[in-house]
Amino acid sequence: MSVVKASNVYKVFGKRQNEVVKRLEEGADRDDLTKLGTAAVIDASFEVEAGEIFVVMGLSGSGKSTLIRTLNGLWPTTSGSVEVLGTDIAKIDDAALRKVRSEHISMVFQHFALLPHRTVRDNAAYALEIRGVAKAERDKAADKWLKAVGLEGWGDKFPEQLSGGMQQRVGLARALAAETDILLMDEAFSALDPLIRREMQEQLVELQSELQKTIIFITHDLNEAMFLGDRIAVMRNGRIVQVGTPEDILTDPANDYVAQFVHDVDRARVLTANNVMEKARQTVSNQNGPRVALRSMRESNSSAIYVMDRHRKFLGVVYDRDCIDHLRKGGTTLDEIIKPAAQTASPDDLLIDLFLPSSETPLPVPVTNDDGQLVGVVPRATLLAALGNQNGNDEAPQEESAAEWPEPVDSGLIDQVLAETGDATEADAANERGAL
Amino acid sequence: MENIRIPVGTWVDSAFDWLKDNVAWFFDAVTWLFSLLIDILTNVLVDLHPLVIILILALLGWVLRSWQMALGTVITLFFIMTMDQWVASMQTLALVLIAAIIAVIVAIPVGILAARNDTASTIIKPVLDFMQTMPAFVYLIPAVTFFSIGVVPGLVATVIFALPPGVRFTELGIRGVDSETVEAGQSFGATPGQILRGVQLPLATPTIMAGINQVIMLALAMAVIAGMVGADGLGKNVVEAIATQNLPLGVEAGLGVVIIAVYLDRVTAALGNAKDYPASLVAVMRRRSAKNKAAAATAKA
Repeated sequence: MSVVKASNVYKVFGKRQNEVVKRLEEGADRDDLTKLGTAAVIDASFEVEAGEIFVVMGLSGSGKSTLIRTLNGLWPTTSGSVEVLGTDIAKIDDAALRKVRSEHISMVFQHFALLPHRTVRDNAAYALEIRGVAKAERDKAADKWLKAVGLEGWGDKFPEQLSGGMQQRVGLARALAAETDILLMDEAFSALDPLIRREMQEQLVELQSELQKTIIFITHDLNEAMFLGDRIAVMRNGRIVQVGTPEDILTDPANDYVAQFVHDVDRARVLTANNVMEKARQTVSNQNGPRVALRSMRESNSSAIYVMDRHRKFLGVVYDRDCIDHLRKGGTTLDEIIKPAAQTASPDDLLIDLFLPSSETPLPVPVTNDDGQLVGVVPRATLLAALGNQNGNDEAPQEESAAEWPEPVDSGLIDQVLAETGDATEADAANERGAL
Repeated sequence: MENIRIPVGTWVDSAFDWLKDNVAWFFDAVTWLFSLLIDILTNVLVDLHPLVIILILALLGWVLRSWQMALGTVITLFFIMTMDQWVASMQTLALVLIAAIIAVIVAIPVGILAARNDTASTIIKPVLDFMQTMPAFVYLIPAVTFFSIGVVPGLVATVIFALPPGVRFTELGIRGVDSETVEAGQSFGATPGQILRGVQLPLATPTIMAGINQVIMLALAMAVIAGMVGADGLGKNVVEAIATQNLPLGVEAGLGVVIIAVYLDRVTAALGNAKDYPASLVAVMRRRSAKNKAAAATAKA
């Protein structure tokens, strides 16, 4: 069951709100209705599942801050319904709504919204004080959460004695101390400078992995949205234009607006190896001998090949020169000449984490799953192309990826070696088996 | 056109006559209460030895502002004493304080109402404009009708005249509280009352205190005019000086008003922005106790 469910939510400011909703439903443009009222949120529907970070992203004026305020009833909706844990918050009285806020939804604000006349501890304990928790108990809870956000020992200070980042930590501690299932964060990190913002984002992710809250996070910063969001709703002019995972938004934008929006995103921090990897073409099974390996390399005009066992478990790499030496010495299995690959990646690794492995070896970075099976490779060219490509899933140029490998041994030499060391028909038969 | 005459004044006069005939008990009760309050405070201020009062007021200046303020208080109040304006000054001070207290008691709730309710605000605003711009002397006429001659009509006129800034500043202060902070209160499930007490009033305090400062200043200005209807004090001396072309008396009574005005202004200003006065006795004591606490904490550790 979804934790928060918004169904066809409209929020209109002005005197003739219902008329504006009616006209919008009939398909009118909101800019033609400014005389009747300002439509801040138009026909917004989405569901937020337990334990996910749902990011609402849009530029200023897109209605995202108004939308988040309809979720805890700070603004009542003009039309449509908001259900929190199955309760339609428009249908309950003020006291019941306050109870829902106090017990189920807490909020973190853009400009912290701390009470300057109260100490940090009293601020963090505010929600509990409203709920009527005894002083000793709420102070204990406040100290616990201040510690969790890294503010141990600051409880007796006043908010003005803290830096912006620290003040927002108090805001976060205040919301966490309420122990609600749902956390609304309205541009919570937007007022902080970039380094602190990054730190806070990482801390939030860390806390979230322990706490598993349902977080609805508002931001205008796409990179922030991509970093934090399990799913992202993109808003424009009051409407939600796309809801999807960060990869969906980036690789399959719903319209030109979203495409333009994601244009500037740091793709390396959003796309994963899984999004860009290619089928591993240059592979050979270790059941084959060096002759098969060498023949495969010649076919693909490359100088090395990845070796797997028969369960596709990744073993390493063999080079053509090693193969030739090995054959000349009379070797018949590959096992002796397999070299470990410099580094393997997992499908969930971000592209940003593939640059270093990619720089350390001329070979494509092998991608292996949890069982160690080779599921794909990320050649350098693909990595670079993914950063520049507006539709990241487009196939990267295949021909050039081969060119990344070190200059292969002259094919004449390979033919010569193959002829020297054995029967051509046997080699061909082995090649049939080895081709994967 | 010349023949059209709307007799507003006559209507108001008859309305007042009706009030006087029918709710006299109310005016009697107000007269009794107000004169009781004024009498008590005046008696205290006049009966105590001037030096005791000077000391108390100087100490208050030190507690809230600085030792320089205390020194200035001693010198200027001593000056009043030597001008033989002491009793009149204390009568005026009593009138001003009682008027200001009543005005604040009325103004703050009305200001809160205006801040929370747009309709109330729309209605209250022109009433305040009327109260502030109507020439102050005009209040004295019905005040005398209802409360006869003496200190009570002076007090009533003073309250009416001094009330508006109290209401305006309270409304302004509460409406000026950062909306996000109020939303924070709401989003944690606070009731409107909890938000008013826990968020709006504390954050609006500096503005409200500025309003109270204005109330006291206006009350002092009006207290002088109240001398015209027979309220004892510096005002009465000024009126007498005008009537008899007595410049020396006028100057001395006038200086008394100035000194009390400056004193009250400085003290109430410090009350609203305690943080701006690090030299005040309160701030010094607070720093010292914080230092001791920190020292104790380190010793413990």
